[in-house]
Amino acid sequence: MAGAELEPVIGLEIHVQLRTATKMFCGCALGFGEPPNTRTCPVCLGLPGALPVANAEAIHYGLMIGMALESELAPISTFHRKNYFYPDLPKGYQISQFDLPLCSGGKLGEVNIHRVHIEEDAAKLNHAGASGRIEGADSSIVDFNRGGTPLAEIVTEPELGSAEQAGEWLRLLRTTLRTLGVSDVNMEEGSLRCDANISLRPVGTDQLGTKTELKNMNSFRFIERGIRAEVDRQRAIIEAGETVTQETLHFDPKSESITSLRSKEEAHDYRYFPEPDLPPVMITGEMLARASAALPELPAARELRYIEALSLSPESARLFAWRAELADYFDAVCAADKSLDRQLAANWVTELQGRLGEEEAEDSKVTAAALAQLAAMVASSQINQGGAKQVLDQLVAAGGDPAAIVADQGLEAVGGADELAPIVAAALEANPELTERLRGGDMKPIGVIIGEVMKQTRGRADGKEVTALVREQLGLS
Amino acid sequence: MIDRDELLHVARLARLALHEDELETTAAELSSILGHVAAIDQLDLDGVEPTAHIGDVSDSLRADQPRPSLAREVALAPAPAVRDDGFLVPSPQGE
Repeated sequence: MAGAELEPVIGLEIHVQLRTATKMFCGCALGFGEPPNTRTCPVCLGLPGALPVANAEAIHYGLMIGMALESELAPISTFHRKNYFYPDLPKGYQISQFDLPLCSGGKLGEVNIHRVHIEEDAAKLNHAGASGRIEGADSSIVDFNRGGTPLAEIVTEPELGSAEQAGEWLRLLRTTLRTLGVSDVNMEEGSLRCDANISLRPVGTDQLGTKTELKNMNSFRFIERGIRAEVDRQRAIIEAGETVTQETLHFDPKSESITSLRSKEEAHDYRYFPEPDLPPVMITGEMLARASAALPELPAARELRYIEALSLSPESARLFAWRAELADYFDAVCAADKSLDRQLAANWVTELQGRLGEEEAEDSKVTAAALAQLAAMVASSQINQGGAKQVLDQLVAAGGDPAAIVADQGLEAVGGADELAPIVAAALEANPELTERLRGGDMKPIGVIIGEVMKQTRGRADGKEVTALVREQLGLS
Repeated sequence: MIDRDELLHVARLARLALHEDELETTAAELSSILGHVAAIDQLDLDGVEPTAHIGDVSDSLRADQPRPSLAREVALAPAPAVRDDGFLVPSPQGE
């Protein structure tokens, strides 16, 4: 295989904590950051004799997710026990779904969905070091508050071709779930967690190589970097003529290193069997109608509306629609100044986001009203592009009022023939040789003249206007 | 008859430490249980719906309404070891 061009094949498994009031199978209230072990009961502690009852709202949210992802919804869905031993799982099994998941198939963006099923989250393990009552051994402390939280597990088909594509698609999924209101989708707090299955194959073939599973990456940046690192690692192995081992891996974002968590060989033998304590869930017409009525405008519809109703470019429409926070911010900018050209507003929102990186525009120091004002000043030629970008830099750094920044620092555009013409004339006079070439129809030196005018105006002139004045003053048509 | 390797594999998954002298009887017992279930395979079950549950399957869901949780002292009382308000356990390793 060495020598053949290799391409990544990536599938994602996303665990989403559902935003219900209570846990999946008991009435313990959900919470984040509560004191440890204050949200437990016999069911979620796995005490003998305790019986689970499924949370109707979790099923409702699951149906909404299935509808948003265009999945086929099961008329009857059953729970299974997934058996394995781990201290974060008090019963010795996780209640999950197996052959009759709530949702099968589906599609989001360009990626096909394999399935969506409902299950319970594990408890939280905190490392406790080597001292304490368990002498000499490494020990952990279990907090069962999280144990039993409803999860939707969303599994894609292995169709993503790069780390970037995976990151972009995950943003679309996150936006979709956030818009649905079914989850907080906060990666840092763990309400959205992503595993990636990664393998390589020769370009142009459809065979799947041995895959590895990269676990629990908790930010978009880490996901992309983790996948990239794993693709590089597998490529090096295959190009060295060796074979990739199927295993579960952990990516450490600090060192960018990948370590093996456990061999999948035995751990994968989960001995699923039907959960005898839970009857099958019958999905009624009433439940479907309620889920359908609860669906808000989804990203694909928002994208279309931005193109058709607001005349945004397809690029801007997709950028915003796939990232709800940005779209909400854009909406706020438009609302702050209804006369603003929508594409101009979109361009400045994009310009802002480019300066913010991972930070969300709504969390930045730049208010939607300030950005609307800045865009309006550009639209009315009170300030040129370069000046506006300087103002934006300052808004990002310290916030404030664009008009005040412009006035304070004298960034107003130098425009209109009256103000600009003498400066252009002086620039031509100072460069007689270039002026002759321009007069002769060789427009190459125009850049130097524009540069000179920009220098004199500290960047506040408009290049097009300077060019027009040069032509006018030299009698060029 | 379940073979030795299969038995040891299942025992490991179930965290059962079987002694050498228990292997033969356990294998026989397991095989007899599996044999009993396998008898069902002899029946013609075409067109018979699988029975996922024998109880009443209608209205099996619970309203999403919180109920009081256990006081922490009560929850932790049966724990063999406690630290920092949590259940102290050996760290899972090599899993």
